[in-house]
Amino acid sequence: MGNRILVATRKGLFDLKRGKAGWRIARTAFLGDILSTAMRDPRDGAIYAAQSLGHFGVKLQRSDDDGRTWKEVAAPSFPKSDDRNGPSVEYLFAIEPGGPAERGVLWCGTVGGGLFRSADRGGSWKLNAGLWDRPERKEWNGGGFNIEKPGIDTVLVDPRDPRKMVVGISSGGVWQTADGGVTWRNTSKGLYAEYMPPAKREDPNIQDVHRIARCASAPDVLWLQHHNGVFRSTDGGASWKEVKTIRPSKFGFAVAAHPKDPDTAWFVPGVKDECRIPVGGKMVVARTDDGARSFKVLTKGLPQKHAYDLVLRHGLDVDETGKRLVMGSTTGHLWISENGGNSWMLAAGNLPPVASVRFA
Amino acid sequence: MARVAFTGNLKRHVACPAVDVAGASVRAVLESVFAGNARLRSYVFDDQDRLRRHVNVYVNEKRADLDDPVGPRDEVFVFQSLAGG
Repeated sequence: MGNRILVATRKGLFDLKRGKAGWRIARTAFLGDILSTAMRDPRDGAIYAAQSLGHFGVKLQRSDDDGRTWKEVAAPSFPKSDDRNGPSVEYLFAIEPGGPAERGVLWCGTVGGGLFRSADRGGSWKLNAGLWDRPERKEWNGGGFNIEKPGIDTVLVDPRDPRKMVVGISSGGVWQTADGGVTWRNTSKGLYAEYMPPAKREDPNIQDVHRIARCASAPDVLWLQHHNGVFRSTDGGASWKEVKTIRPSKFGFAVAAHPKDPDTAWFVPGVKDECRIPVGGKMVVARTDDGARSFKVLTKGLPQKHAYDLVLRHGLDVDETGKRLVMGSTTGHLWISENGGNSWMLAAGNLPPVASVRFA
Repeated sequence: MARVAFTGNLKRHVACPAVDVAGASVRAVLESVFAGNARLRSYVFDDQDRLRRHVNVYVNEKRADLDDPVGPRDEVFVFQSLAGG
């Protein structure tokens, strides 16, 4: 059961642990610095924290002693270009371990649109040319607030075969490889963006994928929160079907998939794209338990008056049991549920704006 | 030798004491600094070796670009632009 959570915020990293007295902030790091994400590698226990130092660029820190001390390792960066407008990594959006047997392999999706791979625990990084060189990349767009360039927000390594991967791009659709990143194909069939001009609505390369989550024990079932709504795939992400039952609204960023039950997933809806607050000022989580035929709107323990929290795309996570969830907001609230979202408790109420939460 | 000094805000993240280095342009003196302090490069330059968008350089009292000249008695200051929040 998840007894530890890494919370990456606009002003530091917070390491929460659950003891006999409940959850507490056990350690902090990088106070004052903008963190975009943090991840504990289950294969070797290393913890990675991605900084976005505003003035001074993106940095990656690694701890080999469980968060006591940190060492700056290499951050992904683009190869030198002849183009004076050549790319530069602007934000480390998603860091994921490679397959269980691929010790030391990491993947990093960035704002800037590059997918990077490290084979040496962040000692060095290489741009994945297979995806970067796709001609369709020129059609990708930035994904909005502080994301001026396309951002790879999701990197899912298939638990059955690490050569198979799904990435989500905001805004560039869903892309998949079956050969470890040598070749890629866009698998956005079924996604649509009603806010685009009619001729572009179903264009696979402009789909704004906010986040994709996969059921660990039924890996062909994936849930996707799109700028335009919620979608589900039951064929490994080859095609997508809109989930119209989501309520109270279809806009949002975050999604979590139950690790064992392919019919259960959680979302955190907001009003709509141009009004990014909870509907009616009521903080809620939407959960389906029946494969999206219906949703329950979960409110217990969450503020139901004058709540303006937004949960960003990496701001929701579920542990390996499917019972514990954590949710962090841009207002600095961190809520935890220990019963699948039926009720929530405030674990921290005065954090900086939360970018990412992750069970560790 | 030109003297190159860095903002205190940068010292929070990476060691960068003032140093006297050779070079006839802003880029050249910064390259001389990075030759002895490789980690500093990515804090000042982006992936394409451009000055980071929110990093400013002054030669003496004058705002400068990477191609601007630097004389042997000049002082080069590397600052960050300020932002709130």
